[in-house]
Amino acid sequence: MDSARILNLLSEIPDPEIPVISIVELGVSRKVESEGKTVSVIITPTYSGCPAMKQMEDDVRKKLLENGFDTVNISMNYSPAWTTDWLSEDAKLKLQKYGIAPPEEKTSDKSFLTGKIKSVTCPRCKSKNTLMVSQFGSTACKAFYQCKDCLEPFDYFKCI
Amino acid sequence: MNLNDALFKYSIRLGDTSLILAQRLSEWTGHGPFLEEDLALTNITLDIFGRAKSLLEYAAKIEDKGRTEDDLAFLRTDREYFNALITEQPNGDYAKTIMRQAFIDCFDLLFYTALAKSKDETLAGIATKSIKEITYHKRHSFSWVMRFGNGTEESHTRLQQGFDEVWAFTEELFEMNEVDEVLLKEGIAVDLSALKPLWLKEITELLDKANVQIPEGVYMQKGSRKGIHSEHLGYILAEMQSLPRMHPNAKW
Repeated sequence: MDSARILNLLSEIPDPEIPVISIVELGVSRKVESEGKTVSVIITPTYSGCPAMKQMEDDVRKKLLENGFDTVNISMNYSPAWTTDWLSEDAKLKLQKYGIAPPEEKTSDKSFLTGKIKSVTCPRCKSKNTLMVSQFGSTACKAFYQCKDCLEPFDYFKCI
Repeated sequence: MNLNDALFKYSIRLGDTSLILAQRLSEWTGHGPFLEEDLALTNITLDIFGRAKSLLEYAAKIEDKGRTEDDLAFLRTDREYFNALITEQPNGDYAKTIMRQAFIDCFDLLFYTALAKSKDETLAGIATKSIKEITYHKRHSFSWVMRFGNGTEESHTRLQQGFDEVWAFTEELFEMNEVDEVLLKEGIAVDLSALKPLWLKEITELLDKANVQIPEGVYMQKGSRKGIHSEHLGYILAEMQSLPRMHPNAKW
Protein backbone atom coordinates (compact mmCIF):
# COMPACT_ATOMS: atom_id res chain seq x y z
CA MET A 1 0.00 0.00 0.00
CA ASP A 2 1.47 3.41 -0.84
CA SER A 3 1.97 6.18 1.72
CA ALA A 4 -0.85 8.33 0.36
CA ARG A 5 -3.37 5.54 0.90
CA ILE A 6 -2.09 4.89 4.42
CA LEU A 7 -2.39 8.59 5.20
CA ASN A 8 -5.95 8.47 3.88
CA LEU A 9 -6.70 5.71 6.37
CA LEU A 10 -5.13 7.72 9.19
CA SER A 11 -7.23 10.74 8.12
CA GLU A 12 -10.26 8.77 9.28
CA ILE A 13 -8.98 8.81 12.87
CA PRO A 14 -10.36 11.74 14.85
CA ASP A 15 -8.37 13.54 17.54
CA PRO A 16 -9.64 11.95 20.79
CA GLU A 17 -10.20 15.33 22.46
CA ILE A 18 -11.22 17.45 19.45
CA PRO A 19 -13.11 14.96 17.26
CA VAL A 20 -13.80 17.46 14.44
CA ILE A 21 -10.22 17.27 13.17
CA SER A 22 -8.20 14.18 12.26
CA ILE A 23 -4.80 13.27 13.61
CA VAL A 24 -3.38 13.95 10.12
CA GLU A 25 -4.83 17.48 10.08
CA LEU A 26 -3.48 17.98 13.59
CA GLY A 27 -0.01 17.11 12.33
CA VAL A 28 0.64 14.29 14.79
CA SER A 29 1.39 11.62 12.16
CA ARG A 30 4.73 12.56 10.62
CA LYS A 31 5.79 9.71 8.37
CA VAL A 32 4.44 6.40 7.13
CA GLU A 33 6.25 3.59 5.38
CA SER A 34 5.14 0.10 4.48
CA GLU A 35 6.58 -3.08 3.13
CA GLY A 36 4.26 -5.98 2.48
CA LYS A 37 2.08 -6.39 5.53
CA THR A 38 4.35 -4.37 7.81
CA VAL A 39 3.78 -0.69 8.35
CA SER A 40 5.81 1.89 10.31
CA VAL A 41 4.32 5.13 11.53
CA ILE A 42 6.21 7.99 13.17
CA ILE A 43 4.14 10.20 15.41
CA THR A 44 5.06 13.29 17.41
CA PRO A 45 3.36 14.51 20.60
CA THR A 46 1.53 17.85 20.61
CA TYR A 47 2.52 18.42 24.25
CA SER A 48 5.02 16.30 26.22
CA GLY A 49 2.37 15.17 28.65
CA CYS A 50 -0.62 15.04 26.31
CA PRO A 51 -2.75 12.21 27.71
CA ALA A 52 -4.35 11.65 24.30
CA MET A 53 -1.10 10.34 22.75
CA LYS A 54 -1.66 6.78 24.01
CA GLN A 55 -5.20 6.85 22.65
CA MET A 56 -3.94 8.08 19.25
CA GLU A 57 -1.34 5.32 19.19
CA ASP A 58 -3.99 2.68 19.94
CA ASP A 59 -6.32 4.15 17.30
CA VAL A 60 -3.59 4.12 14.63
CA ARG A 61 -2.71 0.52 15.44
CA LYS A 62 -6.34 -0.60 15.35
CA LYS A 63 -7.06 1.18 12.07
CA LEU A 64 -4.05 -0.31 10.28
CA LEU A 65 -4.61 -3.83 11.63
CA GLU A 66 -8.21 -3.65 10.38
CA ASN A 67 -7.00 -2.66 6.94
CA GLY A 68 -4.75 -5.49 5.90
CA PHE A 69 -1.55 -5.00 7.90
CA ASP A 70 -0.40 -7.59 10.39
CA THR A 71 2.56 -5.74 11.94
CA VAL A 72 2.28 -2.11 13.02
CA ASN A 73 5.36 -0.33 14.37
CA ILE A 74 4.69 3.03 15.94
CA SER A 75 7.56 5.18 17.08
CA MET A 76 7.62 8.57 18.78
CA ASN A 77 9.80 11.31 17.40
CA TYR A 78 10.37 14.63 19.21
CA SER A 79 12.18 16.52 16.48
CA PRO A 80 11.06 18.64 14.72
CA ALA A 81 8.82 19.61 17.62
CA TRP A 82 5.11 19.82 16.89
CA THR A 83 3.83 23.31 16.16
CA THR A 84 0.39 24.84 15.63
CA ASP A 85 1.82 26.19 12.34
CA TRP A 86 1.14 22.71 10.91
CA LEU A 87 -2.64 23.12 11.30
CA SER A 88 -4.18 23.70 7.87
CA GLU A 89 -6.54 26.64 7.21
CA ASP A 90 -9.26 24.05 6.75
CA ALA A 91 -8.54 22.53 10.17
CA LYS A 92 -8.58 25.99 11.76
CA LEU A 93 -12.02 26.66 10.27
CA LYS A 94 -13.27 23.36 11.67
CA LEU A 95 -11.97 24.29 15.12
CA GLN A 96 -13.76 27.63 14.96
CA LYS A 97 -17.05 26.02 13.95
CA TYR A 98 -16.64 23.61 16.86
CA GLY A 99 -16.37 26.55 19.28
CA ILE A 100 -12.59 26.60 19.77
CA ALA A 101 -10.76 29.75 18.66
CA PRO A 102 -7.91 28.61 16.35
CA PRO A 103 -4.34 29.90 16.77
CA GLU A 104 -4.24 33.51 15.55
CA GLU A 105 -0.63 33.67 14.43
CA LYS A 106 2.47 31.83 13.33
CA THR A 107 5.09 30.98 15.93
CA SER A 108 7.56 33.05 13.91
CA ASP A 109 5.48 36.20 14.49
CA LYS A 110 7.08 38.92 16.56
CA SER A 111 4.14 39.15 18.93
CA PHE A 112 4.53 35.46 19.73
CA LEU A 113 8.20 35.82 20.55
CA THR A 114 7.67 38.78 22.86
CA GLY A 115 4.75 37.15 24.65
CA LYS A 116 2.27 39.83 23.60
CA ILE A 117 -0.65 37.76 22.42
CA LYS A 118 -2.76 39.26 19.64
CA SER A 119 -6.44 39.79 20.19
CA VAL A 120 -8.30 36.53 19.91
CA THR A 121 -11.55 36.35 17.94
CA CYS A 122 -14.60 34.91 19.68
CA PRO A 123 -15.54 31.72 17.75
CA ARG A 124 -19.27 32.42 18.28
CA CYS A 125 -19.91 36.12 17.60
CA LYS A 126 -16.53 36.93 15.92
CA SER A 127 -15.93 39.89 18.23
CA LYS A 128 -12.32 40.79 18.93
CA ASN A 129 -13.31 42.27 22.28
CA THR A 130 -12.17 39.24 24.29
CA LEU A 131 -10.34 38.67 27.56
CA MET A 132 -7.85 35.99 28.56
CA VAL A 133 -9.05 34.42 31.80
CA SER A 134 -6.14 31.98 32.09
CA GLN A 135 -3.20 30.89 29.94
CA PHE A 136 -4.23 27.33 30.77
CA GLY A 137 -7.55 25.82 29.73
CA SER A 138 -9.39 22.50 29.67
CA THR A 139 -6.44 20.72 28.00
CA ALA A 140 -2.72 21.47 27.73
CA CYS A 141 -3.08 22.87 24.22
CA LYS A 142 -5.71 25.49 25.08
CA ALA A 143 -6.01 28.77 26.94
CA PHE A 144 -9.23 29.97 28.54
CA TYR A 145 -10.93 33.13 27.19
CA GLN A 146 -14.17 35.00 27.54
CA CYS A 147 -15.93 37.21 25.00
CA LYS A 148 -16.79 40.63 26.44
CA ASP A 149 -19.55 41.20 23.87
CA CYS A 150 -21.54 37.95 23.83
CA LEU A 151 -20.15 36.94 27.26
CA GLU A 152 -19.49 33.35 26.15
CA PRO A 153 -16.48 31.66 27.70
CA PHE A 154 -14.43 29.73 25.12
CA ASP A 155 -11.19 27.82 24.59
CA TYR A 156 -8.35 29.22 22.50
CA PHE A 157 -5.89 26.86 20.80
CA LYS A 158 -2.51 28.25 21.93
CA CYS A 159 0.27 28.94 19.45
CA ILE A 160 3.28 26.80 20.18
CA MET B 1 33.30 6.60 33.54
CA ASN B 2 32.49 5.66 29.97
CA LEU B 3 30.19 7.64 27.70
CA ASN B 4 27.25 5.28 28.02
CA ASP B 5 27.35 5.36 31.83
CA ALA B 6 27.54 9.14 31.81
CA LEU B 7 24.64 9.46 29.37
CA PHE B 8 22.51 7.10 31.47
CA LYS B 9 23.26 9.05 34.65
CA TYR B 10 22.62 12.38 32.95
CA SER B 11 19.25 11.26 31.59
CA ILE B 12 18.33 9.81 34.99
CA ARG B 13 19.24 13.09 36.71
CA LEU B 14 17.09 15.13 34.31
CA GLY B 15 14.26 12.57 34.34
CA ASP B 16 14.21 12.32 38.16
CA THR B 17 14.22 16.09 38.57
CA SER B 18 11.18 16.37 36.30
CA LEU B 19 9.42 13.38 37.87
CA ILE B 20 9.77 14.46 41.50
CA LEU B 21 8.82 18.05 40.70
CA ALA B 22 5.72 16.85 38.85
CA GLN B 23 4.81 14.48 41.68
CA ARG B 24 5.11 17.35 44.19
CA LEU B 25 3.11 19.76 42.03
CA SER B 26 0.40 17.15 41.48
CA GLU B 27 -0.39 17.40 45.22
CA TRP B 28 -2.09 20.71 44.36
CA THR B 29 -4.56 19.05 41.97
CA GLY B 30 -8.02 19.78 43.31
CA HIS B 31 -6.56 22.02 46.04
CA GLY B 32 -5.56 25.10 44.01
CA PRO B 33 -6.52 28.54 45.36
CA PHE B 34 -9.21 28.90 42.67
CA LEU B 35 -10.37 26.92 39.66
CA GLU B 36 -8.27 28.61 36.94
CA GLU B 37 -5.10 28.30 39.00
CA ASP B 38 -5.88 24.69 39.80
CA LEU B 39 -6.15 24.00 36.05
CA ALA B 40 -3.04 26.01 35.27
CA LEU B 41 -0.83 24.17 37.72
CA THR B 42 -2.30 20.81 36.73
CA ASN B 43 -1.52 21.55 33.06
CA ILE B 44 2.03 22.55 33.96
CA THR B 45 2.40 19.37 36.02
CA LEU B 46 1.27 17.27 33.08
CA ASP B 47 3.91 18.82 30.79
CA ILE B 48 6.60 18.05 33.37
CA PHE B 49 5.38 14.45 33.83
CA GLY B 50 5.53 14.07 30.05
CA ARG B 51 9.11 15.31 29.99
CA ALA B 52 10.00 12.91 32.83
CA LYS B 53 8.55 10.00 30.87
CA SER B 54 10.54 10.87 27.72
CA LEU B 55 13.79 11.24 29.68
CA LEU B 56 13.41 8.06 31.75
CA GLU B 57 12.36 6.13 28.64
CA TYR B 58 15.62 7.27 27.05
CA ALA B 59 17.62 6.37 30.18
CA ALA B 60 16.12 2.87 30.13
CA LYS B 61 17.02 2.51 26.47
CA ILE B 62 20.64 3.56 27.06
CA GLU B 63 20.96 1.24 30.05
CA ASP B 64 19.67 -1.63 27.89
CA LYS B 65 19.00 -4.04 30.76
CA GLY B 66 15.35 -4.61 30.02
CA ARG B 67 14.10 -2.02 32.50
CA THR B 68 11.31 0.33 31.38
CA GLU B 69 10.66 3.94 32.40
CA ASP B 70 8.06 2.62 34.86
CA ASP B 71 10.63 0.29 36.47
CA LEU B 72 12.96 3.24 36.89
CA ALA B 73 10.24 5.42 38.38
CA PHE B 74 8.59 2.91 40.66
CA LEU B 75 11.26 0.43 41.68
CA ARG B 76 14.24 2.53 42.71
CA THR B 77 14.92 3.65 46.29
CA ASP B 78 15.76 7.17 47.45
CA ARG B 79 19.54 6.70 47.25
CA GLU B 80 19.16 5.71 43.59
CA TYR B 81 17.28 8.94 42.81
CA PHE B 82 19.19 11.94 41.47
CA ASN B 83 16.53 14.67 41.37
CA ALA B 84 17.60 18.15 42.49
CA LEU B 85 16.83 18.74 46.19
CA ILE B 86 14.69 21.79 45.37
CA THR B 87 12.09 19.60 43.64
CA GLU B 88 11.39 17.44 46.71
CA GLN B 89 10.84 20.32 49.14
CA PRO B 90 7.29 20.50 50.52
CA ASN B 91 4.87 22.74 48.64
CA GLY B 92 4.06 24.96 51.63
CA ASP B 93 1.52 27.64 50.71
CA TYR B 94 0.88 28.80 47.15
CA ALA B 95 3.47 31.60 47.40
CA LYS B 96 6.21 29.10 48.27
CA THR B 97 5.17 26.74 45.48
CA ILE B 98 5.20 29.63 43.00
CA MET B 99 8.57 30.91 44.24
CA ARG B 100 10.12 27.44 43.82
CA GLN B 101 8.52 27.13 40.40
CA ALA B 102 9.89 30.53 39.27
CA PHE B 103 13.42 29.46 40.25
CA ILE B 104 13.03 26.18 38.35
CA ASP B 105 11.25 27.64 35.29
CA CYS B 106 13.98 30.25 34.91
CA PHE B 107 16.66 27.56 35.20
CA ASP B 108 14.81 25.13 32.90
CA LEU B 109 14.32 27.64 30.11
CA LEU B 110 18.04 28.47 30.08
CA PHE B 111 19.00 24.81 30.49
CA TYR B 112 16.75 23.27 27.83
CA THR B 113 17.50 26.09 25.37
CA ALA B 114 21.16 25.10 25.69
CA LEU B 115 20.38 21.37 25.63
CA ALA B 116 18.49 21.82 22.35
CA LYS B 117 21.93 22.31 20.77
CA SER B 118 23.25 19.04 22.25
CA LYS B 119 24.95 16.59 19.93
CA ASP B 120 22.73 13.87 21.38
CA GLU B 121 19.72 13.91 19.07
CA THR B 122 17.20 12.48 21.53
CA LEU B 123 18.09 14.92 24.32
CA ALA B 124 18.09 17.79 21.81
CA GLY B 125 14.65 16.69 20.55
CA ILE B 126 13.14 16.46 24.04
CA ALA B 127 14.68 19.85 24.86
CA THR B 128 13.25 21.53 21.75
CA LYS B 129 9.83 20.23 22.69
CA SER B 130 10.21 21.40 26.31
CA ILE B 131 11.28 24.96 25.48
CA LYS B 132 7.84 25.78 24.08
CA GLU B 133 6.13 24.52 27.22
CA ILE B 134 8.54 26.05 29.74
CA THR B 135 8.05 29.45 28.08
CA TYR B 136 4.40 29.28 29.18
CA HIS B 137 5.28 27.93 32.63
CA LYS B 138 7.74 30.74 33.26
CA ARG B 139 5.29 33.41 32.15
CA HIS B 140 2.84 31.97 34.67
CA SER B 141 5.18 31.68 37.68
CA PHE B 142 6.92 35.02 37.07
CA SER B 143 3.61 36.86 36.81
CA TRP B 144 2.46 35.38 40.13
CA VAL B 145 5.72 36.32 41.87
CA MET B 146 5.02 39.91 40.78
CA ARG B 147 1.43 39.77 41.98
CA PHE B 148 2.32 38.31 45.36
CA GLY B 149 5.28 40.63 45.82
CA ASN B 150 3.29 43.76 45.02
CA GLY B 151 -0.06 42.62 46.38
CA THR B 152 -1.06 42.90 50.02
CA GLU B 153 1.23 42.92 53.03
CA GLU B 154 0.24 39.32 53.69
CA SER B 155 0.94 38.11 50.13
CA HIS B 156 4.31 39.86 50.23
CA THR B 157 5.22 38.33 53.61
CA ARG B 158 4.28 34.88 52.41
CA LEU B 159 6.34 35.26 49.22
CA GLN B 160 9.35 36.37 51.24
CA GLN B 161 8.89 33.39 53.60
CA GLY B 162 8.60 31.04 50.64
CA PHE B 163 11.76 32.52 49.21
CA ASP B 164 13.63 32.08 52.51
CA GLU B 165 12.67 28.39 52.63
CA VAL B 166 13.69 27.56 49.05
CA TRP B 167 16.68 29.79 48.30
CA ALA B 168 19.24 27.47 49.93
CA PHE B 169 18.42 24.76 47.37
CA THR B 170 19.06 26.83 44.23
CA GLU B 171 22.85 26.65 43.99
CA GLU B 172 22.80 22.87 43.65
CA LEU B 173 21.09 23.23 40.27
CA PHE B 174 24.43 24.39 38.85
CA GLU B 175 26.64 21.72 40.43
CA MET B 176 28.65 19.65 37.96
CA ASN B 177 30.44 16.34 38.47
CA GLU B 178 32.20 13.65 36.43
CA VAL B 179 29.02 12.94 34.45
CA ASP B 180 28.99 16.53 33.16
CA GLU B 181 32.73 16.48 32.45
CA VAL B 182 32.53 13.36 30.29
CA LEU B 183 29.51 14.64 28.35
CA LEU B 184 30.76 18.22 27.98
CA LYS B 185 33.76 16.95 26.06
CA GLU B 186 31.39 15.25 23.61
CA GLY B 187 29.19 18.32 23.18
CA ILE B 188 26.26 16.51 24.81
CA ALA B 189 25.86 18.13 28.24
CA VAL B 190 25.14 21.77 29.10
CA ASP B 191 27.84 23.87 30.78
CA LEU B 192 25.96 24.76 33.96
CA SER B 193 28.59 27.26 35.13
CA ALA B 194 27.80 29.39 32.07
CA LEU B 195 24.08 29.44 32.96
CA LYS B 196 24.51 30.62 36.53
CA PRO B 197 25.20 34.34 35.90
CA LEU B 198 22.30 34.46 33.41
CA TRP B 199 19.97 32.84 35.92
CA LEU B 200 21.10 35.06 38.76
CA LYS B 201 20.58 38.20 36.67
CA GLU B 202 17.01 37.28 35.71
CA ILE B 203 16.07 36.18 39.22
CA THR B 204 17.60 39.26 40.83
CA GLU B 205 15.60 41.50 38.47
CA LEU B 206 12.41 39.61 39.22
CA LEU B 207 12.96 39.74 42.98
CA ASP B 208 13.75 43.44 42.81
CA LYS B 209 10.44 44.10 41.11
CA ALA B 210 8.67 41.92 43.66
CA ASN B 211 10.45 43.62 46.61
CA VAL B 212 11.93 40.37 47.88
CA GLN B 213 15.22 40.60 49.75
CA ILE B 214 18.04 38.17 48.99
CA PRO B 215 19.88 37.51 52.26
CA GLU B 216 23.63 37.09 52.27
CA GLY B 217 25.64 34.23 53.70
CA VAL B 218 22.97 31.55 53.30
CA TYR B 219 24.37 28.01 53.60
CA MET B 220 23.65 26.30 50.29
CA GLN B 221 22.38 22.71 50.48
CA LYS B 222 23.81 20.01 48.23
CA GLY B 223 23.73 16.26 47.92
CA SER B 224 21.43 15.03 45.16
CA ARG B 225 24.24 14.53 42.63
CA LYS B 226 25.43 11.75 44.97
CA GLY B 227 21.93 10.49 45.70
CA ILE B 228 21.83 12.12 49.14
CA HIS B 229 18.44 13.68 49.81
CA SER B 230 16.45 15.61 52.36
CA GLU B 231 14.04 13.62 54.56
CA HIS B 232 11.14 14.49 52.24
CA LEU B 233 12.02 12.27 49.29
CA GLY B 234 11.33 9.00 51.15
CA TYR B 235 7.74 10.06 51.83
CA ILE B 236 7.19 11.10 48.20
CA LEU B 237 8.48 7.75 46.93
CA ALA B 238 6.47 5.80 49.52
CA GLU B 239 3.28 7.36 48.20
CA MET B 240 4.23 7.35 44.53
CA GLN B 241 5.49 3.76 44.50
CA SER B 242 3.00 2.11 46.86
CA LEU B 243 0.69 0.73 44.17
CA PRO B 244 3.29 -0.82 41.82
CA ARG B 245 5.14 -2.27 44.83
CA MET B 246 1.97 -3.72 46.33
CA HIS B 247 0.85 -5.17 43.01
CA PRO B 248 3.97 -5.97 40.97
CA ASN B 249 3.45 -6.10 37.20
CA ALA B 250 -0.14 -4.94 37.56
CA LYS B 251 -1.64 -3.70 34.30
CA TRP B 252 -4.48 -1.24 33.71
